[in-house]
Amino acid sequence: MQFDERRDLTVAGEAKVDPMHQFTIEPLFGSQDWQLAGYNIAFTNSALWMAIAAVALWVFVAGGMRRQLVPGRWQMAVETFTGFIDNLLAANIGPAGRKYVPYVFSLFMFILFANLLGLLPLPLAIVGVHAFTFTSHFTITGILAIMSFSIVLVVGFWKHGFHFFSLFVPHGTPVVMIPLIFLIELFSFLMRPFSLGLRLFVAMMAGHVLLEILASFIIDSSNAGLGWGLLISPPSFLLMVAICALEVLVAGIQAYVFALLTALYINDAEHLH
Amino acid sequence: MEMEAAKLIGAGLAAIGAGLAAIGVGNVFGSFLESALRNPGAADGQQGRLFIGFAAAELLGLLAFLVAVILIFVA
Repeated sequence: MQFDERRDLTVAGEAKVDPMHQFTIEPLFGSQDWQLAGYNIAFTNSALWMAIAAVALWVFVAGGMRRQLVPGRWQMAVETFTGFIDNLLAANIGPAGRKYVPYVFSLFMFILFANLLGLLPLPLAIVGVHAFTFTSHFTITGILAIMSFSIVLVVGFWKHGFHFFSLFVPHGTPVVMIPLIFLIELFSFLMRPFSLGLRLFVAMMAGHVLLEILASFIIDSSNAGLGWGLLISPPSFLLMVAICALEVLVAGIQAYVFALLTALYINDAEHLH
Repeated sequence: MEMEAAKLIGAGLAAIGAGLAAIGVGNVFGSFLESALRNPGAADGQQGRLFIGFAAAELLGLLAFLVAVILIFVA
């Protein structure tokens, strides 16, 4: 637990536990001076956990690539995930969706592993080592969203050329309404990468802040006296356990929603309306 | 009114939006369950739409949370 000694004036009053401290990005292994073309490329805790997620994902998938006719448990687990994404794309895009399975599968699994690794209670095993949820930063989720959005744009213009703009005018729009509908649809289309990245980042951040605030209830109430501690700590702790279970659910749902919306947007690019 | 107090009141008001989004998300899942019990055969095919509705309702609550965070930590 980190205590904020600077007592930043913009942070509300008396709180001793700073719930935002867990999102601090720090350079590791003395890499804070690494430069590339004038930019700092320090190896941060965020980068470390991205590497851990990628390695964990690689190990998980590589263990299931045995292609046995009668799959073992591990192969079964991996094939459940690939089959899940395959079905998702087949249901939302149709036969044309097959070629996007590698991208959407990587996206889904990377986000899922990131969310779940970020929930690991590492300080219980090694004191002072904290898991870092890199999906709680808009830079990372924003880049993932821009990747999905770029694929939509490239596929849309590649397949349909300027006919892609008919996406913004639904069939049967009265001629008088076309300029207005076009603007509204264009705006909602351009908002997609923001909403896609924002949803994942805020959902992950909100859950982690909530856990930290509940933990600070226990510390602050115990500091106020034994009676207050005994009164407030048990319900806070029970709520923390329940919220942790909810966070595991949210980790899965957010990864699924990201993959689902990517599939829907690609469907727009493949088939227009 | 003091600037700091105004920011905190604004952040508290933004939390109302998060509560309203909770109603929205509950509505999405509640309606889905209600109709899934009436016609269980069609339920599995609509799960994609269920999560699209959930994502849309949830996003608005997350935006309210974001407004609160910006008021407290950024503005």
